[in-house]
Amino acid sequence: MNPSLSFLSLLSLLLLFSSALSFQSDELPFNDDDEFEGVRSSPGSASVAPPVRRRPDLDISSASDSKSLQFSLEHSLSDSEFSVAGTFTARLKSWTHGAQTLTKLRFTRNAISDTEKGLFERLLEDDDFYTIRIPSNVLNPSGKDYVVSSVRARCLPRESLDEHFVIHTDGVNVLSVNYGSAGGCQYPRPLKSPSKWSFSSYTVLKNSEQAPRTPTFVEQIIASENALEEGLQPPEKSFWAKYWMYILPIGFVLVNAMAQAANAAAEDQNQGGQPSQRAPAVRRR
Amino acid sequence: MEARFLLGFLLLLSLSSFAFAIYEDQVGLADWHKRYIGKVKHAVFHTQKTGRRRVVVSTEENAIASLDLRTGDILWRHVLGKNDAVDQIGLSLGKYVLTLSSQGSVLRAWNLPDGQMVWETDLQISNPSNSFLHVLGNVKSGRDSLSLVCNGGSIRAVSSIDGLVVWKKDLSIDGLKLKHVFQPPESDTIYAIGFIDSSLIALYHINAKTGELLKHATQASSVDLSSEISAISSDSLVALDTSRSNLLLIKFMAGTITNHKLPLSDIVQDFSGLAELIPTKSNDIFVVKTPSNVAFIKVKGDNEIELIGKADEAGIVSDSLTLSEEEQAFAVVHHSNNAISLQVRINGREALTEGIKIEDHRGHVKRVFLNNYVRTDKSHGFRALIVMEDESLLLMQQGEVVWSREDGLASISDAVVAELPVEKEGGVSVVEVEHTLLEWLKGHMLKLKGTLMLSTPDDMAAIQAMHLKSTERNKMTRDHNGFRKLIIVLTRSGKVYALHTGDGRIVWAHLLTPLLQSESCPSPSVLTLRNWRVPHRKALQENPSILLVGRCGAGPESHGFLFIVDSYSGKVLETQILDHSIAEVVPLPLADSSEQKLHLVIDDKLNAHLYPRGSDALEVFVREMANMYYYKVENAKEVIKGYAFKKGCSTGSSAYCFGTRELWSVVFPSDSERIVATARRKINEVVHTQAKIMTNQDVMYKYITKNILFVATVSPKAAGGIGSAAPDDAWLVAYLIDTVTGRILHRVTHQGAQGPVHAVVSENWVVYHYFNLRAHRYEMTVIEIYDQSRADNKDVMKLVLGKHNLTAPITSYSRPEIATKSQSYFFTHSVKAIAVTTTARGITSKQILIGTIGDQVLALDKRYLDPRRTANPSQEEKEEGIIPLTDTLPIIPQSYVTHTRQVGDLRGIMSFPANLESTTHVFSYGIDLFYTRIAPSRTYDSLTDEFSYVLLLITVVVLIVAILVTWAMSQKKDLQEKWR
Repeated sequence: MNPSLSFLSLLSLLLLFSSALSFQSDELPFNDDDEFEGVRSSPGSASVAPPVRRRPDLDISSASDSKSLQFSLEHSLSDSEFSVAGTFTARLKSWTHGAQTLTKLRFTRNAISDTEKGLFERLLEDDDFYTIRIPSNVLNPSGKDYVVSSVRARCLPRESLDEHFVIHTDGVNVLSVNYGSAGGCQYPRPLKSPSKWSFSSYTVLKNSEQAPRTPTFVEQIIASENALEEGLQPPEKSFWAKYWMYILPIGFVLVNAMAQAANAAAEDQNQGGQPSQRAPAVRRR
Repeated sequence: MEARFLLGFLLLLSLSSFAFAIYEDQVGLADWHKRYIGKVKHAVFHTQKTGRRRVVVSTEENAIASLDLRTGDILWRHVLGKNDAVDQIGLSLGKYVLTLSSQGSVLRAWNLPDGQMVWETDLQISNPSNSFLHVLGNVKSGRDSLSLVCNGGSIRAVSSIDGLVVWKKDLSIDGLKLKHVFQPPESDTIYAIGFIDSSLIALYHINAKTGELLKHATQASSVDLSSEISAISSDSLVALDTSRSNLLLIKFMAGTITNHKLPLSDIVQDFSGLAELIPTKSNDIFVVKTPSNVAFIKVKGDNEIELIGKADEAGIVSDSLTLSEEEQAFAVVHHSNNAISLQVRINGREALTEGIKIEDHRGHVKRVFLNNYVRTDKSHGFRALIVMEDESLLLMQQGEVVWSREDGLASISDAVVAELPVEKEGGVSVVEVEHTLLEWLKGHMLKLKGTLMLSTPDDMAAIQAMHLKSTERNKMTRDHNGFRKLIIVLTRSGKVYALHTGDGRIVWAHLLTPLLQSESCPSPSVLTLRNWRVPHRKALQENPSILLVGRCGAGPESHGFLFIVDSYSGKVLETQILDHSIAEVVPLPLADSSEQKLHLVIDDKLNAHLYPRGSDALEVFVREMANMYYYKVENAKEVIKGYAFKKGCSTGSSAYCFGTRELWSVVFPSDSERIVATARRKINEVVHTQAKIMTNQDVMYKYITKNILFVATVSPKAAGGIGSAAPDDAWLVAYLIDTVTGRILHRVTHQGAQGPVHAVVSENWVVYHYFNLRAHRYEMTVIEIYDQSRADNKDVMKLVLGKHNLTAPITSYSRPEIATKSQSYFFTHSVKAIAVTTTARGITSKQILIGTIGDQVLALDKRYLDPRRTANPSQEEKEEGIIPLTDTLPIIPQSYVTHTRQVGDLRGIMSFPANLESTTHVFSYGIDLFYTRIAPSRTYDSLTDEFSYVLLLITVVVLIVAILVTWAMSQKKDLQEKWR
C-alpha cells in the first residue's frame, strides 16, 4: 500500500469528519481542496489537487486552528473604476509548521442594481470586457496588489449570468483568478441578454500539484526484466519455423537436380526415338 | 546475373546513406565554423625573437588569443568563464603569457608558442578590487623572474616559473590603494607607491627577495587624489585630482616624497572641463586628454613641465612604446569619414604620419596598440593594431591595412533569416555550360574512382576540395530546396551583418548608429531586429527588408529610432527618430498591402504605436484590434499582466497610437516565488496535425494555441547558484498561462529543484531543464497538453457527416478542458541554451537542440522526452516507436550536430526551416559561429548529395546492354533450335 495514498485518504476522512462536526453546509464536499458553491461542477475541474508543500512529516492533528476570513470581489463595468460586487468567505487553516492555507471557499454576490444593469447592457452591446479583481493577499486586503481577470461580457449571459471562478492560491496568497463563463463561449459572440438579471456563481479553489518524482529504477528494471524473462518465455518454435530458410534452398536444389536428372533421362529416351519422330515431320513438309 | 549483382550493390549503396551521423569526409559539406575572439582590450606584441611574429590579446569576451601578425589568424585561443574577466596580460621570461583575471584573484601562465597552460595560482584575495600586475624586468638566464600582483594594500610576488607565491606582504593599512610598483635596475629593493584615502601619499621600500618591509614614508597631499595616475619615470609619477583640473607631480627620492600641484590651465591654453590621464609608461612624458584636445607634456628638472605637443580631441592615443633609453613613441589615431590617419610621435615630436582608407562601416577608432620593428634600412618602422567601433580588429603597417578581423561577430545579440534573390532566367553563356559540363564530368570521374576505391590520396584530396568549393552552395540566389539563405545578425556594437548560409561569408555589413548620431540622438544603440517585409504573393517584386529598432539614450524613457534596411544589399531604406520611447517591439501576424509586416512598438507608458504608418496598415490593424492582446512580464515585481488595446492613447492624438487597458494579472507571492524563466512558442511555427493517434487506435487532440506562456519560478532562497539553498528550501513551480485571458492552465511544483531553468515550447508541449537538489542531478521535464473538449470526435461516421466541432473557431474565453501528461528524466549535462528544430510543414519529427556545457550542440530526439514512455512497452507501443522508460536521457556521441567543433561561449541556438520538409537549418552562436543543416528524420524526401548518379547511369546502361545481349543470344538460340 502506498503510504502517501493512505495518508491522503486518512486526511480526507478526517476533514470530512471535522466538517460534519462543525456543521456548515449540508453539501457533500468533493474533496479536501476544491470546494464548490453552487449546483454542479464540470467533470474536468474536479481533479484532485494535493495542497502545496505538504511535508511527509506533517502531523495529522496539526490541522488545528482554523478561522474564518472574508475578502471582497470588486468589478468594473466601465473602464477603470472598481466597485464591490460580492464577498468571498473562506476558512484559514494554520498548520503547526507555520504554513496557512485557505479552504472552504464560499461566495455571495451582491444583487445587481439598476445602474449596474444599464452599464452591463452597454458592455454587452459593445462586446467589451467585464473585469473583476480580488486582493492578492487576503490576510491584509488593504494592499495595492490585486489579481485581475476579464472576460468578454457576451460570454456570460445564459439563463442568468453564469460565472465561474478558479482561484489559484499558494498558501494564503492568491496567485491568479481565472474568470469566465461556466461553459464554452461561442465565437463570433452573439448579442444575447439574460432572462434573469442575477449571477449564478461557481467557485473553485486550486493549489499547485506536486510533480511526480523522477523514476530511479536501475535495479527495479533489471529485476523486472529478469522476472519477465522467467515468467514469459517465448513458446518453442516448431522445427519448420526455425529452419525454413535452410530447408527451402536445399529443397530448390533438390528439385532442380531431380528435374535435371529427369530431363537427362527423357533426353536419353528421346534420342532413342528420334528418327521415328523426325521422319513423319519431314514427310509432312 | 551481372545485372542482379549490380542491383544488389546499388541497394547496398543506398542503404549506407541512411546512417545517422555524418562521416568524416562529410564534415564541411553543409556546415561551417568560424572562430572569433571578441573586442580586444589588451594586446602584447611578441616580436623580439626570431620565429613567428605574434600578438597576444585579451578581449571583452574573456578570451585570450595569440594572433599571427602576418595574417591575423588565431594561433591559439582560450575562452575563460563568464565571471573570469581578464584584468591584465603580460609577458614573462619571454616564453610565458601571464594573465590576471577575476578581479585580480587568479594568475595564470600560458606557454607562448602553443597556448598550453603552464600554471595557475589562486591568489586568495579577500576583497577583489582593481588589482594590477607588474612583471619585474630583471630577467636573466637561469634566474627566476618575479611577478608582483598588487591589490589594495597587499603585494604578492609570484614565481614566473612555477606560479608559487614566493612572498606575500600585507601592508594592512585601511584605505591604502597601491598604485605603482617599480624596481630600479640592478637593485634588490622594490618601491611601492600608494594613496591612502585620497589624501596621503605613501611610499614603501620592500626587499625584492623576501618581501620584507625596509622603510616607509607618508606625506599629505595638497589636493584630493583621484585614482588616475601616470608613471613618468623611475622616481616620479603624475596624478590627477578629484576635480580633474589639477595635476600633482609626485617625486620620491631616497625615502622622501615631494609633491607639487600644477593647475592644468597653466599648461594647456583654454583648458576647461574635465581632464583625463591616459595611462602610459614612459620617460618624463605623460598624456592628458581634455575635452578640447590631447596634450603631450614633458617633465623637466624640478617641478617644471612643458607642453611639447598637441593633437585634437578625437585622437586615440596608444600606450607608449620604449624604443631606446631616450626615445618614447606614441601613436595618435584620428578618424574622419572613411579614412584613418595614424601619427607616431617620438618624444612628442611627429615622426610618422600615415593615412589609410577603410570601409565606412567600421565606425570610429576605439583603441590602438603600437608596435615597432626594424626596417631593412635599420630605421624604426611602426605597426598599429586598431580596434574599431564595430569591434573589428585591423593591423596597419606602411600605410596599408595588412589584415582585418570581424570580431564583432563574437557578440551576436539577435538574428533573423532572410531569403536570397530569385535566380534570373537565361543569361548563362555557352562557354560556362561547357566549362561546367567538363567540370561535372571530371568530378564524376573522380567520384566514381572514389566509390570504386581506385583513387589515390591526391584524388581523395581533390574530391574533398571539390566538395568544399562546390559553387552550387555559395551562389547568391535562392535555390529550390531553400538551403541558401541569408542569416542577418545584430551584434552588441550595433553592427548588422548578413551571412551566407553556404560558407558563412559576410555578404554585407553596416554599422548604422553613426549615421544617427546627432543632437537629438546622442548615443544611439540598437536593441533588436525583425523581419519587416517578407515578400510573397502580392509584392514579389519588392526586396525583402528588415527592421532595426533602437534607443537614443541609455534610459528606458529615451526616444527610440528605427531603420529599415534592404536584406539583399544592406542599403538603408528609411530612417526615423521616434517621438516616443521603446520598451518592446511586438511583431503582429498581419501585413499591409505591400507585405510590410505590422509591428506594435510599446513605449514605457504602455501606449502602443503602430508601424508601418499607412492607411491600409491602420485599416488592417483596427479590423483585428479586438482580437489583439499583449502581455508583459515584470520580473522585478514578480507580476505578469495582460492588456487589450483601445483607441486613443495617453500621450498624443496620433491615429497610429493606441492605448492599453489591463485585462488580467498574475501576482506571484514575492516571499515564496521568483520568476526565473519564461518561454513561448515561436510565432511562425507550423503544426502539421492536431490529432495524435494512440496505440489503442484512440485519438488525442493536441491543445495547440499560440498564446501559451511557460513561466518558471523558484523560491527566493534558491534563486542563487546551485548549492546556495538546502533541498527543503528550494522548489520550482512551472506554470502554463494563456496570455489572452491570464488563465493558469497548468501548475506543478517540483520540490527540491532549482534553477537555472531553460525551457522550450513547441506545438503542445514544453520541455524544461533544471537542477534537482535531492538527486544531485540535472533533470528535464516534459509536459504535453491535450484538449479534452474535442476528445469525443473519434467516430469516423461523425466526421464524415460533419457532426464534429473540429472546424468550430476556438476562443480562449471558453473554459478549456485540458489534460496534461508529464514525465521527468535525468540529464547529465548542464545546459547553456535550448531550442527545437522547426521544419517547413511540421511533419518531420522534432529534435531538441541543447547547447551543452562543452559548447557543443546536442540533438536529442523528442521521442526520448515522451511522457508516455513506460518501463515495459507493449508490442503495439514498441511498433509506434515508444522507447522503454529509462531514468536518464541518453547522450549518443553521434548526435552532436557540431561533431568535433566547439562554439566557444555558446549563447544561442536558432533553427529555421528549409523548403525541403525533412531538413532544417541550425545556427548556433557564441564567440564562434557554427552553422549546419540537419534532417531529424533523415532526408526522406530527397536523394542525398552522396547519391551516385553515375553509378545509376552505368547500371542502367549495363542492364540495357545485358538485355540486348541476352535478346540476341536467345534469338540466335531460337534460330539454331529451328535449324536443328
